[in-house]
Amino acid sequence: MHPAPSVIIFTTFSGLGFGLLFWLGIDPTPPKGWVAFVFWLIAYAMAVGGLLSSTFHLGRPERFLKAFSQWRSSWLSREGIAAVATLVAMGLYGLGLVFFGTAWQPLGWLGALGALATVFTTSMIYTQMKTIPRWNMNLTPAMFMSYALAGGALLKGNITMAIVLLAIAGVVQVLTWITGDKAFENSGTTMATATGLGNIGSVRAFEPPHTGTNYLMREFIHVVGRKHSQKLRIIGVALGIIIPVVLLLLPIGHWIALIAVASHIAGVLASRWLFFAEAEHVVGLYYGKR
Amino acid sequence: MTTLPNLTQKKLGLVIDLDTCVGCHACVISCKGWNTENYGAPLSDQNAYGADNSGTFLNRVHSFEVQPTGDEAAAQLIHFPKSCLHCEDAPCVTVCPTGASYKREEDGIVLVNEQDCIGCGLCAWACPYGARELDQAEGVMKKCTLCVDRIYNENLEEVDRVPTCVRTCPSGARHFGDLGDENSDVSKLVAERGGMDLMPEQGTKPVNKYLPPRPKDELPEFDVLAPFLEPVAQEAKGFLGWLDKTLEKL
Repeated sequence: MHPAPSVIIFTTFSGLGFGLLFWLGIDPTPPKGWVAFVFWLIAYAMAVGGLLSSTFHLGRPERFLKAFSQWRSSWLSREGIAAVATLVAMGLYGLGLVFFGTAWQPLGWLGALGALATVFTTSMIYTQMKTIPRWNMNLTPAMFMSYALAGGALLKGNITMAIVLLAIAGVVQVLTWITGDKAFENSGTTMATATGLGNIGSVRAFEPPHTGTNYLMREFIHVVGRKHSQKLRIIGVALGIIIPVVLLLLPIGHWIALIAVASHIAGVLASRWLFFAEAEHVVGLYYGKR
Repeated sequence: MTTLPNLTQKKLGLVIDLDTCVGCHACVISCKGWNTENYGAPLSDQNAYGADNSGTFLNRVHSFEVQPTGDEAAAQLIHFPKSCLHCEDAPCVTVCPTGASYKREEDGIVLVNEQDCIGCGLCAWACPYGARELDQAEGVMKKCTLCVDRIYNENLEEVDRVPTCVRTCPSGARHFGDLGDENSDVSKLVAERGGMDLMPEQGTKPVNKYLPPRPKDELPEFDVLAPFLEPVAQEAKGFLGWLDKTLEKL
């Protein structure tokens, strides 16, 4: 798959933003006043910024309102609704904390639930794709959820929770890679099934439909950069998980926490780039490519 | 809504004969022509006369080489036209967030309402066959309409009320009809020739069927003298024989 910057930024930052909103929502002693304002500002900048970034890859972004209509069948539609509902609930909750110094707790719980639902629905957009075997597995939602919860805890400053959840996210990420590496073979889709010609003999792409490229090849067949995937995996885990955990185990100050957050974001961006770049769409088989 | 109909009254679709297709790409060109001038946004080209040209097509012809296994049979070249298969369980329809993609209850045709399409591309991700392409000029998703503006068009001669690819095909490799009616010509053809689904494991239940290439003829041994004409000399003699032995020893 083409690793479009808009979707990498979207999944990374909206995951972090909604992760932070989750922890803010369930906090029994939430911050108030200016402290709450700063927390809410960070969470909304990430969540809303990520969502806005995702509209950049649309062909017709001006019609985005229509995307809220098909919640009965479409995960993308459900995600949009979950995101807006969460932002409204948490916005009201934040309003109470910042300006009135009161915690309207049920709104927080509702918002926390919505934040989880948003990250889950985002992950399901990718998980539902049978055409991309690497994504089409239960580990994909687990990976998205564990990153969001760990990143949120890190941003919120729940140090113990962040260490535990980062470790879990690291394990889930590595499992995702191990399972994902075998997913295409296990899916059973080959050039033989794609063409139906397998019972005659071995099939080879002889001539593509055209000499140039096309939308399908640009969008689905991305081979550049895959050769560095092992290095990027190490970079992703080191920056995203190991360095933040080590820093959190040190006597913590605000500056160290900031470095931990920056390192985590860089690591998640690297892993998310791989999430797209390594994903192989079955349509590539018609072009003799993966 | 982008939920799929439980049952469609008809299952209109194509049957493509891989034995007959000569790979001339006439269906590709007539499709591009008809669908640029008629239903929906035109099929645009980018940098059409430049070095890195590309464009939107609803039908593309691949060519595959198949090497039969086991014996010394010659490789076969198979031309392979590919367009929307109008699947019964169309994954492209259910992923659509806006309701722009839909499958018609009356005839099973999968269409895009271009006024509702936001160009998110998710339907193209969901399609295993590469049947949907996002038009780069219009920003909306384009796909085969089964020439919905031809097949019911009473302004056209009856002979022309088929998809333009079918009408154009000079080798008769493309057939159009109701695959839900087992007495239709296309259904009989599929039954007779063992019509197959592409990527059945994806669970999309395509309506379009592909007829596999017929087995190649084998030339029978008909020359009664042939056994007597086998080479007599088994080993080289003279200079070549000497050369052969010398080279062996080296």
